[in-house]
Amino acid sequence: MNALLLIVTIAGQRVALPAASVESVVELEALIPVPRAAEHIAGLSALRSRVLTVIDCNKALELPATAQPGGIREAAVVELDGHHYALIVDGVEDVVEALSEPAPVRAAMGPGWERASQGMVETEEGALLLIDVATLIAGPEASRAAA
Amino acid sequence: MDDLIADFVAECRDMLESLGGEIVAWEAQPDDRARLDSIFRFVHTVKGNCGFFEFPRLESLSHAAEDALADVRAGRRQADPALVSAVLAVIDRIGEMVEVIASGEKLPEGHDGDLIDALQPGAEAAVPAAAAVVGEAAARSVAPRTIRLSVELLDRVMSGVSDMVLARNELARRLRDSSVEVEVDSAFERLSGIIAEMRDAITRTRMQRIENLFVGLPRMVRDLTGELGKQVLVDIDGGDVELDREMIEMIRDPLTHIVRNAVDHGIEKPADRLKAGKREIGLLTVSARQSGNQILIDIVDDGRGIDGKKLVEKAVAAGIIDAAEGGKLSAKERLALIFEAGLSTAREVTSISGRGVGMDVVRSNVERIGGVVEVDSRPGQGTRMTLRVPLTLTIIPALTVSIGSQHFAIPRSAIEEIVRANGESVTLSQVGGAGVATIRGRRVPEIALADVLGLPSALSDEERTLIVLKPAGGDVYALAVDKVHDHEELVVKPAAPAIMATGLYAGTTLADDGSPILLFDAAGLARVGGVRIEAQERTPRGAEKSASAGAAEVPVLLFRDVHGARRAIRLGVVDRIEEVPAEAIQPGAGQLRVQLGEVILPVAGLDRPPEGGGKVRLFRLNDGRSEVALAFREVIDMASLAQEIIPAGVAGPVEGVTLVNGEPAELVDAHWLFASLGAGTASARTPLCRLPADDAWMQNMLRPIVEAAGYRVVGGDGDEQADLVIVAEGAEPPAGAAARTIWLSASPDAANENSIYRYDRAGLMQALKGAAQGGGK
Repeated sequence: MNALLLIVTIAGQRVALPAASVESVVELEALIPVPRAAEHIAGLSALRSRVLTVIDCNKALELPATAQPGGIREAAVVELDGHHYALIVDGVEDVVEALSEPAPVRAAMGPGWERASQGMVETEEGALLLIDVATLIAGPEASRAAA
Repeated sequence: MDDLIADFVAECRDMLESLGGEIVAWEAQPDDRARLDSIFRFVHTVKGNCGFFEFPRLESLSHAAEDALADVRAGRRQADPALVSAVLAVIDRIGEMVEVIASGEKLPEGHDGDLIDALQPGAEAAVPAAAAVVGEAAARSVAPRTIRLSVELLDRVMSGVSDMVLARNELARRLRDSSVEVEVDSAFERLSGIIAEMRDAITRTRMQRIENLFVGLPRMVRDLTGELGKQVLVDIDGGDVELDREMIEMIRDPLTHIVRNAVDHGIEKPADRLKAGKREIGLLTVSARQSGNQILIDIVDDGRGIDGKKLVEKAVAAGIIDAAEGGKLSAKERLALIFEAGLSTAREVTSISGRGVGMDVVRSNVERIGGVVEVDSRPGQGTRMTLRVPLTLTIIPALTVSIGSQHFAIPRSAIEEIVRANGESVTLSQVGGAGVATIRGRRVPEIALADVLGLPSALSDEERTLIVLKPAGGDVYALAVDKVHDHEELVVKPAAPAIMATGLYAGTTLADDGSPILLFDAAGLARVGGVRIEAQERTPRGAEKSASAGAAEVPVLLFRDVHGARRAIRLGVVDRIEEVPAEAIQPGAGQLRVQLGEVILPVAGLDRPPEGGGKVRLFRLNDGRSEVALAFREVIDMASLAQEIIPAGVAGPVEGVTLVNGEPAELVDAHWLFASLGAGTASARTPLCRLPADDAWMQNMLRPIVEAAGYRVVGGDGDEQADLVIVAEGAEPPAGAAARTIWLSASPDAANENSIYRYDRAGLMQALKGAAQGGGK
């Protein structure tokens, strides 16, 4: 499988998102908070007359927040079930080709990572953890409820 | 009916147009099956529609062509050139007739025997060309200019227009910040107006009344019942609900299927219905309504209902569930089994609904568009199917409010009224930690939006604005917000599931400046805010009673007149507020008059016609018989008259001065206005010092005068001995006793020594004085 992967940094770690599911990478401007929504919902933002639901990846993975330098927030825009989401990441690096099928990770990861992991994928940049976008969006609470 | 005919004409034109090429090709190759089929379909469609519309001439013609073509299709006959040209002649004539129908004229009488004969096998090839079928009308008729567009293209245009609006707003901000010439401003204004108009138009292109979906149902049911020997009455409601065009197409099939099912399986034969103690005629109700962010379509029949037990047995037999599982299902879950694939409850498959399309397909079709199908049924009493579909792209009129710096929208439909928390008629109190607002005697639960959302807000409860909300199916409650902004028509889109999970929101939308806004669900707010509906059903009645028992406060409208003076007018005489262009106010017959649509009213409150264009706002005052307009600058608030009125020295437009909301305000003398502006005809009602309490004219206009003359005013009935009764001429004197009666006449002509014209102020004052002095005689 020669799927393309987008390398992003979440909580200081380089991980891979399936590039096919990422529509674009944007810099988020103003965020409109959504009161009473789950914690990992950072708010709403607008992209060319579309509403984006912004996901705080750190919170979705139950990790402590990373300091945002300068307040510029990069985000990967994905579509799931007809809704558009922006996943806030620390940084976006590159698109690489996957050199292997995802293989299970046997090392003990944090519970958040464990949930969102689809396995390790070999790339030219080394082995990367492949992240499941839908799990990120669902957030910790939904996953706990489903468990 | 006209709509249906227009549809029919449009469809025929479409088919004729696309058929044009086919006909030529068929002529060249009469054995081309595909061409033959499409021509056959055309005449078949025309025939079918004609039966419905009663165009017998068109019907017989298309019928003959259909027969001939059917023979060819069945291989009973060869398509020879004679037949081809005969068919072509028929199609041409159908085209001409359709144009006549389109022009709205009646089809002329005539015979198409020549064409029909030509279709017969062995007929002469010669077909009379254009046998004066149709008058001149066909040539003159102008086709309605329509084209078909793909929805994608519309979407592209729409998002383009949305972006344009955002760009305009950006430009507007820049223009405000920099000083530009007036010409630039006015050019921008124009551009801005055009863009707004365009956005409106493009949004509406996607919207359609759901009527379009419902209009075919009665016909379908009629045909079905004819086939099945049943009688069904179709009741359709809510056709004016607007829904996205695409959405309407998506629910057409599921709806059709459910209606078919209801008629076929639900409603019993007349004899069975009589046996079951029901009316012979079954009732099928199809209704649509908007609820929050969804459109609900109910299909209700009063038929035999669904037997949950049988469903379970079938599902077990079909291997969908096992017996142990089946025993555990709740009533609702049992009914939901009808949506499982491979389950048909009808004992025999009929030609109507047994077509391989089951409820499972209905469900998956509805779910594909983000909708839900629900079923509820009582054996013997009927079935209710509910389609819930999201209202993507449905436009909602909404009010924008804010907490702190964040804006939200509230659907206009849920809002009953907006009042200020510190207004005279509003009191806020805390009962066991819960907020209660008493608004004009009505007690409603109050919640602060800031608390519900957990947002910081610098305002205290008293500084906020209360929005009285009435969620669909619930009781009213008041929502305190920091600030109320604007009415806007918003294009609402469903929010992501994680946001909907809060239960607070109905969707998201973009504000004019491009920032996202959350739209509230009024019922959800109440739920999250902890407002109980059953708890307060009893309270409002008690509160109202205590209010009416208290001092009768006179509601007044506080406003600024055109000169900026703070004035008040009794609310009872204000009919409504109008805004007119300044040109509509002109002097005429000795005073200023305003034209309001068809009527011309005298105008008070202005010395001369307004200058320099612009708009003028007017109160439209009504004494029950005639009307007077009163110009003003702005409305300040609603208030009630509690303080004493200090009467004016001379009669004039101002009756006196009083304190309203702690500041002095001049009270407008409506009686003087009507009297001085000669609002000719007057009403025939019953004033009194015993003044009848139910007479608005008396209470609003006469009462102040009578009171000013030193009377205490009581209601029309009672045991107290009154000095004076004022009665309108021709009315029954009230039951309460009185020493003296003044009769008021409705028109100046009818006044005589026994009665006074009701706007004859001097006469009235004299009579009042006389009665006061001679009281008891």
